Amino acid sequence: MAKSIKIRAKAKNGIVTVKALMNHPMETGLRKDKKTGKLIPAHHIQEVMAKSGDTTVMDAVWGGAISKNPYLSFKYKGAKGDDLTLSWVDNKGNSDAVTAKVK
Amino acid sequence: MNRRTLLKRTLAVSAVGVAASAGLLTPGQVLAAYPKGAFEAKDTAGALSGAVGSSSFEDSGDIKIKAPDIAENGSVVPVTISTGMAAESITILADSNNSPLVGSFNLQGAEPFVSTRIKMGKTGNVLAVVKSGGKLYANKKEVKVTIGGCGG
Repeated sequence: MAKSIKIRAKAKNGIVTVKALMNHPMETGLRKDKKTGKLIPAHHIQEVMAKSGDTTVMDAVWGGAISKNPYLSFKYKGAKGDDLTLSWVDNKGNSDAVTAKVK
Repeated sequence: MNRRTLLKRTLAVSAVGVAASAGLLTPGQVLAAYPKGAFEAKDTAGALSGAVGSSSFEDSGDIKIKAPDIAENGSVVPVTISTGMAAESITILADSNNSPLVGSFNLQGAEPFVSTRIKMGKTGNVLAVVKSGGKLYANKKEVKVTIGGCGG
């Protein structure tokens, strides 16, 4: 799985603002399939990690209550031209990572 | 395809493979610490102690929660949390949800700011818990939900 993350990172006055969109169904495991009446199994992102170079700047644990196709924004101290890597892992063990240059 | 390009391609493919397995390794290590019980907890106290180790917090007006007063669609409620405190982590809970814990953000290398979109089953409070200097501080904001976003 590739290209499930869209990321934009902008530096201003030493603070980098990161905005990211991930493609993921984020099923809670509580929803029912309308046709079969069966529960749709949970399938959601569990871990999100952001690294600037080798340093972890942010890591998060998520439940199913984060909206479908999650949006995430955060800020950290950094500079233009740095590499920012954002990765996620879901409860089925799938994962993806993307690296972007800070603008 | 001649031999040279074939060689180049094989090399490129194996490099990608190595990168992918390296990428897989790091989140895998973190996965061991995933607080599953906290996400399954049915009350905010249980969810909080599972996620941040304690359920006692002080109310603080220094935590700003930006969320709509009325959310038409509970499956997409934009929430932005910021604070003037030096935050070690920010935890978001929706107290009316079946399992209140939404997510917990470890911000030790980041600024005390987080913005995301959450699901809310029905009208309730969005609770933002900030860990600062080993203590917990919280603030809440009520969001009225007209169409629930959990269950179907």
